[in-house]
Amino acid sequence: MLHIVNKSPAERNALESCLRVAQDGGAILLIEDAVYAATRGNAAEAQLRDALSRFKVYALAPDLEARGMFDRLMEGVATVDYGGFVDLVAEHRNCQSWL
Amino acid sequence: MSEGTIKKFMFVNRKAPYGTVYALEALEVVLITAAFDQDVSLVFMDDGVFQLKKGQQTKGIENKNFSPTYRALDGYDIEKLYVEEEALAARGLSEEDLLVDVTVMSRAELGSLMEEQDVVLSF
Repeated sequence: MLHIVNKSPAERNALESCLRVAQDGGAILLIEDAVYAATRGNAAEAQLRDALSRFKVYALAPDLEARGMFDRLMEGVATVDYGGFVDLVAEHRNCQSWL
Repeated sequence: MSEGTIKKFMFVNRKAPYGTVYALEALEVVLITAAFDQDVSLVFMDDGVFQLKKGQQTKGIENKNFSPTYRALDGYDIEKLYVEEEALAARGLSEEDLLVDVTVMSRAELGSLMEEQDVVLSF
């Protein structure tokens, strides 16, 4: 299953909820303000690092670039563009957006 | 407000740019306020510190990159920019990551600055 998160970890608990519920082996795609969770030195870094052992984690590259955070991306998080976003949705049987 | 009165206005920015429209809207109101020759302070706290991050490139998300506007505030005599120290630290950022000169302050210092204001507007 693909989980999509779009909220900053410092402002909402969407990522936390997602990580509590998501089953091992799933995929998590961080978009919009959720990409801050995948940057080095942010308060949710440890939480996301733990998640990397359970899930495949992706971040949307255009959202990282827009925020000037592309070069801060944590190791182990893959980036996708909008085409890759569509591929992820198509590859998974279903998806949940943690709005 | 009687004519000629200068009030202390503080704009409190607590949201990241682009994910919501708050940051851009705040900037518009700040520029309007500046036209009335008021004493304007901008505070960036919590996710609001991301508004000032260097290197924003918004072509990919097809949004207007409004970050250069912060550098133009100087030209409108808006020179009081305050950034929350703890918020930078919690985001792996330092003053060098910001695209404009600011005064970095602790939460407590920002709190007392807030107390001094006549008007506080929150975004």
